[in-house]
Amino acid sequence: MSVVEVRNLYKKFGKFHALNGVDLTLNQGEIYGFIGPNGAGKSTTIRILLGILKASGGRASIFGKDTWKDAVEIHKRLAYVPGDVNLWPNLTGGEVIDLFVGLRGGDTKRKREELLERFALDPSKKCRTYSKGNRQKVALVAAFASDPELFIFDEPTSGLDPLMEQVFQEYVQEAKDAGKTVLLSSHILSEVEKLCDRVGIIRQGEIIESGTLSELRHLTRTNLLVETKKLIPLIGEVKGIHNVGEDGQTLSFQVDAEELDSVIRHVSQYGILKLESAPPTLEDLFMRHYEHKQETNTGGNS
Amino acid sequence: MFPSTSYNVGSLIKFTIRKDRIRIPLWLIGIIFFTVLIPVALDDMFPTQEERDVMAETMANPAMTAMVGPGDIENYTIGAMTTHNMLLFTAVVVGLMSILLVIRHTRTEEEDGLSELILALPVGRLANLNATLFVLTVTHIILALISGFSLYALGLDSMDLEGSLLYGAVLGGTGIFFTGIAAVSAQISESSRGATGLSIAALLLAYFIRAIGDVSNETLSLFSPLGLVTRTEAYSTNVWWPVLLLAGFSALLFLLANYLNAIRDWGAAFLHARAGKTYASRFLQTPIGLFFRTQRTAFISWGIGMFVLGLSYGSIMGDLESFFQGNELLEQMLVAEEGYSLTEQFIPALMIVMGILATVPPIIAMNKLIGEEKKNRTESILAAPVSRGKLMASNLAIAVMNGFIMISLSGIGLFLAAETVMEDGFSFGMIYGASLVFYPAMLVMISFSAFLIGFAPKLTGLIWVYVVFSFITNYLGGLLDFPAWVEKLSPFGYIPSLPVENMEWAPIVMLSLIAIILAILGFIGYQKRDIAG
Repeated sequence: MSVVEVRNLYKKFGKFHALNGVDLTLNQGEIYGFIGPNGAGKSTTIRILLGILKASGGRASIFGKDTWKDAVEIHKRLAYVPGDVNLWPNLTGGEVIDLFVGLRGGDTKRKREELLERFALDPSKKCRTYSKGNRQKVALVAAFASDPELFIFDEPTSGLDPLMEQVFQEYVQEAKDAGKTVLLSSHILSEVEKLCDRVGIIRQGEIIESGTLSELRHLTRTNLLVETKKLIPLIGEVKGIHNVGEDGQTLSFQVDAEELDSVIRHVSQYGILKLESAPPTLEDLFMRHYEHKQETNTGGNS
Repeated sequence: MFPSTSYNVGSLIKFTIRKDRIRIPLWLIGIIFFTVLIPVALDDMFPTQEERDVMAETMANPAMTAMVGPGDIENYTIGAMTTHNMLLFTAVVVGLMSILLVIRHTRTEEEDGLSELILALPVGRLANLNATLFVLTVTHIILALISGFSLYALGLDSMDLEGSLLYGAVLGGTGIFFTGIAAVSAQISESSRGATGLSIAALLLAYFIRAIGDVSNETLSLFSPLGLVTRTEAYSTNVWWPVLLLAGFSALLFLLANYLNAIRDWGAAFLHARAGKTYASRFLQTPIGLFFRTQRTAFISWGIGMFVLGLSYGSIMGDLESFFQGNELLEQMLVAEEGYSLTEQFIPALMIVMGILATVPPIIAMNKLIGEEKKNRTESILAAPVSRGKLMASNLAIAVMNGFIMISLSGIGLFLAAETVMEDGFSFGMIYGASLVFYPAMLVMISFSAFLIGFAPKLTGLIWVYVVFSFITNYLGGLLDFPAWVEKLSPFGYIPSLPVENMEWAPIVMLSLIAIILAILGFIGYQKRDIAG
């Protein structure tokens, strides 16, 4: 069952096209990683999902309800943490947490204390004294304490230290185990890789790739490290081989998934002493699209 | 030669000027414009010495002295009149300007972490403070010179060069003094709000010490910088030593600010905030509670301000009464409406000031909605199950209540003070009615704000233009000889002048309807548009 459904979503700000037909589906109980460079349209998409921005075209629904018309109904069942959390300087963190949880109609006391302790946040301080990370913790504690069905995180860990990032990941995992759905927009690809079931990459207002990590990997290159008896001549010329690095007899390169078979045949002629293969990291995937973008933009001088 | 703690102060001075290249000129233009406008208007209103002497007698009572300070009543020329009526108030405004500008460049930048970036550059630890002090000092010297010479340039008989320059110098001196006060407050207080509050408290304290001193004990006034301001007697005896004294004290304050800045850590302060509440009250967990809570302090301060304004207006009533009775000339001049005492005829003019001033806090309350959006805080509320309609309604409800309380407090204040000073007081109903009659016009202004928030979120500042316009046309309108229709461009132009005119319900109903329609349009616009954050 899909919790979030986005079909052919468009958004214009004056002449600027922020979204050009975004499609997105989140199934119940999955963690969806939403990645893309700054200005690609992640936050715009999320704000349309929240009913704060009105779509110029297309359809967006959560729990089967329209995100613009039924915003209030939807919001009773979701929690949102923005990347840049702005709070009221003269309220304390504790007051803001109670406010957010109270507005959602949840019961704060139960999980609140545990979260405050795990995130090491002092709730009696005024928000004006909090650093960016601490403001993010306020929003995260409020989100996890309200126990919603859907979490929307927009770069929630950009101000957190690695220890707190770990705590965040544990709570996201816990939410998933409890059958919650999570939309996680993030820059930290290792985090997405660790947590997410499926990933969507957005670029210039379009989803250019989406699927499970293994599906995405299948589409792309594998990293290979080979040591051969004889030197392989002109390895860079072989079809499907990229980014060749040389270290004596050892070569490292990337191979397009569909050329893997022919490349291995070719290489094996030279007597393989050692062969290591590694799946591409999400960063490789991401960078490949990003490089591709630069190629198309600059006429291919990569 | 600068010590290393002020290294690169020159670049920071340029940077400070760059940051304030609009703000400072606007302050200067505003202050100088009013400084020059008033003597011209006075000259227009009181062309003969006879009329000025009448005015002098009205002013010669303890309540007026408490408000504006002592004046040269014996020789009430246009110059003396300008000094008496305007110098103290203008000095207070100049002081306020210093406070806002200094805190902006010092504690605010520190709080926002901007000065951290600057301090990481090869810049002395005290360079920013001294750059700010330098820019403000030069600004005030410019203010002193321009206002001095422009006053002289008006070419009015009683306004000679020395008096004009002294008038300007007092303004500049006060500005520099409060630059020092604000610079010290910025070191003492942990937040920019705290620092601003502390400085403004000092300004108010100076005003009240002077008020008490001027009425009861002249020596006491000398302990207040604002007392020194009135001691210069510009255009009368032209006393210069208070200006020198202000300059001397300013220098001491500058040194103190430098010392305090030097012995503290970046971001630290001498006054610390107490730990706050760990839990939110039930009330705070609603949009209306949140809005009320975030503007509680402003609400209380404005409430006190409006009440004091009412009190001070009420306190001159008793003197007016006795004074009018003894003066045949004035009685002849002012009797226009049969059946009303002269004091009663005075009331509408006071009420219009209170009505328009009482509109300011509810508009600030209404505009909180757009302010929150600009600070990206509405998204957190709207991401919770709170509809836009409820959000705006909560805010509008607060603004509407705020306006009612503000106008009521000023009316009640006026009544209470008048009751104690007059032998034969007003009826409460009459005074309260005369103030409350402005409420529908205030509602139109509030709803206009809501309308702008809904339909033109980038133009919400327009409401202030409209408020100023209303004040100029309705209060100063008679003075500046505007045609009658201009006054009708503001909702305040339709309010019957109680108690002199009869109550008219038609405009009240019309204004209320317009207010409701504007508010509904505002709601419609707010439901439809994108929220920026």
